Amino acid sequence: MSEYRPDPDQLLEEIQRDEAQATRGRLKIFFGGCAGVGKTWAMLAAAQAKVREGAVVVAGVVETHGRAETAAMLAGLQQLPPRHIEYRGKRLPEFDLDSALLIKPALMLIDEFAHSNVPGSRHPKRWQDVEELLSAGIDVYTTLNVQHLESLNDIVGQITGIVVRETVPDRVFDAADEVTLVDLPPDELLARLQAGKVYLPQQAERATQHFFRKGNLLALRELALRRTADRVDAQMRAYRADQSIRPVWQARERLLVCVGPGNCAEKLVRSGARLAASLHADWLAIYVETPALQRQGEAERARTLKALKLAQELGAETSVLAGVDLPATLLAYAQSRNASKLVVGKSQRGMLHRLWRQPLSERLAHAARDVDVYVVAHELDDGKPAATGPARSMLFDTGTPRRKRYGIVAALAACGITSLIAAGLVDMFDLANVAMLYLLAVVLVAVRFGRRAGALAAVTSVGAFDFFFVPPRMSLRVSDTQYLLTFVVMLAVALIIGQLAARLRFEATVATYRERRTRALYELGRELAGALTAPQVVEIGARQLAALFQSDVQLFVPDSMDKLQAAGEGGAFDAGLAQWAFDHQQPAGLGTHTLPASVAHYLPLRAPMRVRGVLALIPRMAAAGAAQQIFQPEQQRLLETCASQIALSLERVHYVEVAQDAIVAMEAERLRNGVLSAVSHDLRTPLTSLLGLASLLEAGHVHGEQQQELTTAIRQEAERMNRLVINLLDMARLQSGVKLNKAWQLLDEVIGSAARAVESVLLRHVLKVALPADLPMLAFDAVLIERVFVNLLENAAKYTPPGSVVTIAARHSGGMIEVTVSDDGPGLPAGRAEQLFAKFARGESESATPGVGLGLAICRTIIEAHGGTIQAHNLAPDSGKHGAAFTFTLPAGNPPALPEA
Amino acid sequence: MDNAPINIVVIEDDKPIRRFLSTTLEAEGIHVHEAETGKQGLVDVATRKPDLIILDLGLPDMDGVEVIRRLREWCALPILVLSARAQESEKVAALDAGADDYLTKPFGVAECLARIRVLLRRHSGQGTAAQSEFAFGDVKIDLAARMVFKAGEPVHLTPIEYRLLTTLIRHAGRVLTHRELLREVWGPSHSESSQYLRVYMGHLRQKLEDEPALPRFIVTETGVGYRLLAG
Repeated sequence: MSEYRPDPDQLLEEIQRDEAQATRGRLKIFFGGCAGVGKTWAMLAAAQAKVREGAVVVAGVVETHGRAETAAMLAGLQQLPPRHIEYRGKRLPEFDLDSALLIKPALMLIDEFAHSNVPGSRHPKRWQDVEELLSAGIDVYTTLNVQHLESLNDIVGQITGIVVRETVPDRVFDAADEVTLVDLPPDELLARLQAGKVYLPQQAERATQHFFRKGNLLALRELALRRTADRVDAQMRAYRADQSIRPVWQARERLLVCVGPGNCAEKLVRSGARLAASLHADWLAIYVETPALQRQGEAERARTLKALKLAQELGAETSVLAGVDLPATLLAYAQSRNASKLVVGKSQRGMLHRLWRQPLSERLAHAARDVDVYVVAHELDDGKPAATGPARSMLFDTGTPRRKRYGIVAALAACGITSLIAAGLVDMFDLANVAMLYLLAVVLVAVRFGRRAGALAAVTSVGAFDFFFVPPRMSLRVSDTQYLLTFVVMLAVALIIGQLAARLRFEATVATYRERRTRALYELGRELAGALTAPQVVEIGARQLAALFQSDVQLFVPDSMDKLQAAGEGGAFDAGLAQWAFDHQQPAGLGTHTLPASVAHYLPLRAPMRVRGVLALIPRMAAAGAAQQIFQPEQQRLLETCASQIALSLERVHYVEVAQDAIVAMEAERLRNGVLSAVSHDLRTPLTSLLGLASLLEAGHVHGEQQQELTTAIRQEAERMNRLVINLLDMARLQSGVKLNKAWQLLDEVIGSAARAVESVLLRHVLKVALPADLPMLAFDAVLIERVFVNLLENAAKYTPPGSVVTIAARHSGGMIEVTVSDDGPGLPAGRAEQLFAKFARGESESATPGVGLGLAICRTIIEAHGGTIQAHNLAPDSGKHGAAFTFTLPAGNPPALPEA
Repeated sequence: MDNAPINIVVIEDDKPIRRFLSTTLEAEGIHVHEAETGKQGLVDVATRKPDLIILDLGLPDMDGVEVIRRLREWCALPILVLSARAQESEKVAALDAGADDYLTKPFGVAECLARIRVLLRRHSGQGTAAQSEFAFGDVKIDLAARMVFKAGEPVHLTPIEYRLLTTLIRHAGRVLTHRELLREVWGPSHSESSQYLRVYMGHLRQKLEDEPALPRFIVTETGVGYRLLAG
């Protein structure tokens, strides 16, 4: 418990950590239209100026590309040696983040912001390294080209024909403290290129030559200028907003981008992001899974997920919905989220298809009342519609190929059985009624196994009906054309029913899925509500999540030093990564930007006050699909909900413990006060008499017999005080830990010495010892057990009138020896037998009988240390006895063999 | 007491206790030399030629047991140790180091004088060893004839019981630690099996005490040893 008590050092540390967050480093980006405009040079020039101001500047990564003028600028700057990482047999140099954090300079130069790190680095991207430097309080200068900006990536690709894979999210760019545009007119750039002053990698020379056309350069320059202007504009507006006394509340626009299954999804997402940025609107990206889309292949699914992930990185909130009617679902969601604008892709279907069914944009426009619909055009498909792998739902497991096989078998079986039955009935019934039998079979198959099986059943039924029953029988020929109508109707009915059944089943699955999710959350919440300790919360959380996510789950909770401790055993969990996630309050591992190659996903358990631990899970299904399953937006959200529930429970438990600590402290305080008042009362009483008596003697007024009486009184008072002090010391000693000095003892010997010790107190009482002759030796600490007898005998003397008989008896009871000290006095106050053993308890609350009430507490401590128990009770009046009895037990044990006398 | 004046050195750092002791003892006609520290005490013992030393175990400058050890290097004078309660192991250590008896604080005058008397008597050669008869309560022991009587009736004792009894008689009034008794009765090899001692002590009590569970003569000093109260 004590580890939860806040200690001042920890508090101080927390304050310092907060300060560190407040002093986050500043990011300055040297931004250019394309390579060769002189960004690195400008950065170095600025750095040199800083050095002249006296700042500590370290060049983390600077690519001079062999240019002399750049290299010259590097002179005098401290350079961080790169770290070498083994990758596919090669040793590749990489920025050494850990050393940089260790050195912690005031300013760090990091070239090529968009660089992708060698696999195996802590972060996949360099901009993430920079983020960590910034949060460590280090200022960073970096360089960036416009084509590396995520949202402009595809536009640049269209202009130049070269798509770069290394991108930086726009939010990072927007969050930079300063952006300096490094501009060079295209003609000058071309001149520099001609002069060989621009670095071109050998292998890409031709492509790059193509890239450096004047038209391209103009366009890139314009993009860079415009992007910088946007930033300046935003700053201006932010400045105005800050300055205005009463800022006008502006309804923020919200954009809903509907991600389709096609391969233009990413393009759509980028367009949506740009639109949202230009409107300064929040935006959501959703994917609606309809029965038709459910039948998608693995590749399609992966593409959709990728698009959603991209949207998330571009700042969108993403989710996957399920619905039968796409426009209705979209509009309902838009309304529920207050989205005023819907962005959809343009239909790529052909004219014929359009006649059959209106494209989504038109249906939306038709249904939407207060929502604007934007249709984003894109080029025609540049790839083939990949449909490899089995279809699988994004939200839940549905039909498997096995089910389809069953469908085919069922269709054929149903047809066969119906034919047999019909064969028996055809003589009694009209042919039209036989057709009804077939229809029934088709409907049943369609309902049970879906559209395909239904259609198959319809076709085979029509065939069988024609072959077996329609004259001429045993031939597929049809003599009466009216049966053709029967065939058509049967087929149509099968298809319609199949469609309906499929839809019904889909809705049922959606409902089941939602129900399961709700139930899982409910179960988790209910169990967590009942948890009383942190280990319970951890156990419940791990168990429930393991079942819910089909994963191995481990929870890490911090100890008093904020070091994470794994709760439980096993699993390939990395405590270091968990600690990182905890310290940075960010998810890490699988599916994140930090060490994505690890097998486990680490999610910090965020509670309102602080992070309470880390949840780690390893998807149990080995396939990559399983991991994807977990990182779908819906599952991710479910996981986050669960994590925050666990975090809340941990926090609740923590505060319960804090409260309990406070209560214990109060209790201890109360007890301490009790001790003080009791001790001061009981010490002062004899001291007062001693002082009084002594001064009487001093005055010399008393003589003879009276003097004798006074001195006896003084002695008695002093003895009383002595007993009290002995008890206090005993209690103090016992509380600092009982150390038993056990030896094989005879009980009567200890009783004898105890009786001698209390002789003076027990003068006017009768002590009887009635021990059985065969009482074995017992292993106990003689000094302590003597204290027990002394205290019990003193109590008996104290609370019984003179002349009372005090009896000590003992007997075997199971493996224990039971010893009873009883008297024939007034007995114990009713109902207070147990309380007597509490410290500072007395039989009567306000009594003239001295003693702090420590005696019985001491007895209990001693007896319990010996593995026995002690109880108090009144002798049963019906047995003709009265008085109090104290019974304690001691383990009998196996006494050693003794020599014959 | 004797005609010749008796000298006692009291080594005790607490002034009221020194004062109480010297008042008590001087009333009995004993010369008392007070020493405040262990070192001063050692010097006093060497120069004053006392008959007995009263030593407090809790001294400011030296460990009491260490003082005993130093004294025993050159003198065989009786040493009476003063100690606080609940320090049984300390008492045993002091006795094993060579102290003759102890008094637990707080103690009364009568108790103190009784202890001093026993120690002085033993030391001055008036010990019980030379006597041929010894008695306590209604028990009589004829040491020459090796006979024990209780209320006039002969009591049969086993050889070990008899050896135990005579050992107690030799040191009557003085505490004997478990180790001392075991060594004297059973020999040096048995110094650790104190349960033997307890059992035989129990037998002795059964045979000699009126109420064995509440003995009046063969008493237990819990955690330390036994004492024969006589005279």
